[in-house]
Amino acid sequence: MLTAILALGILAGLFGLLLGYSAIRFRVEGDPIADQINAILPQTQCGPCGFAGCRPYSEAIAAGEADINQCPPGGEAGIRALADLLGRDFKPLNAEHGEHKEKTVAIIDEQVCIGCTLCIQACPVDAILGAAKHMHTVIEKECTGCELCVEPCPVDCIHMQPVAHDITHWKWPSPDERLEIMPATQI
Amino acid sequence: MQELALILVSTILVNNFVLVKFLGLCPFMGVSRKLETATGMGLATTFVLTLSSVCSYLVDTYILIPLGIEYLRTIAFILTIAVVVQFTEMVVHKTSPVLYQVLGIFLPLITTNCAVLGVALLNVQEKNGFLQSAVYGFGAAVGFSLVLALFAAIRERVAVADVPVAFRGPAIALVTAGLMSLAFMGFSGLIKG
Repeated sequence: MLTAILALGILAGLFGLLLGYSAIRFRVEGDPIADQINAILPQTQCGPCGFAGCRPYSEAIAAGEADINQCPPGGEAGIRALADLLGRDFKPLNAEHGEHKEKTVAIIDEQVCIGCTLCIQACPVDAILGAAKHMHTVIEKECTGCELCVEPCPVDCIHMQPVAHDITHWKWPSPDERLEIMPATQI
Repeated sequence: MQELALILVSTILVNNFVLVKFLGLCPFMGVSRKLETATGMGLATTFVLTLSSVCSYLVDTYILIPLGIEYLRTIAFILTIAVVVQFTEMVVHKTSPVLYQVLGIFLPLITTNCAVLGVALLNVQEKNGFLQSAVYGFGAAVGFSLVLALFAAIRERVAVADVPVAFRGPAIALVTAGLMSLAFMGFSGLIKG
């Protein structure tokens, strides 16, 4: 009886030690830089940067495979924040990836919608609600304004509307223009 | 050498664990919808089964039998298998992130795969030695993977076939599995007498 308890106890203890050791030995470190970059990106999951979403783009920046000026929704402020984080020089938004626009939301003209569900499949953040052959609508709070749903719509019933500033989501504009520091000799 | 080859053929075809012994049916039905996942599961199982077969043989021969506590075999084997699976998961996670993405969700599932425990217990029953245990485990796993891949390939075709409404889904899958089992029973003709 005692042998059995001891034997199993020791066996379990040894296995526990082995697992504990290998948990330290084979620990997988996440990439903290990629997390910080991802926190700066606007999370629109829109894709003009050439990646499938904000997370893959931030991993590519962290790995040095992508530049910091490929995110149109983030705009100049986003690029500045990335440049500060990574200690790189600021560079203007790469025009190949699009232009920075005011934040918009998608609005579905519900009279025209035929319920084809194509926009639901295109939406990266599941902000469109609806079912086959039923009217769809956009949950404006969830919409990131990525415009990915506009293209697939067969009846062109989705329009992008700028978000009107009101008291609930107004904030101080970010300082896009920075004062240039001139060398003292030029003054 | 000949004996090892015989064990291999026996476990892969004649005494196939899934279709003849009916062990490990849960992953057989569960992860066989797509060929891709089936191959992943097969690979993970092959690795774990071979390793756990050897480990449980060692535990049995050098701990349980000398101490005369063979009656604790089942619980000791389950413990061993769980540790092997966990260890494998950690090593794969560290060494090959790609393989981890493919196998990741299947690895913990293997702990509860009855074929793994079945192989360990059958090793004892058949009084297999060290090398025989390893080959037995490997053969069983290859047989499992083979059948899983075949079944997944059939199911992918069945998914687009015009199946009567009443038979759709799990029903046609079970019928298919039964037919495959019948076919594999035919391999018992390989052994004379």
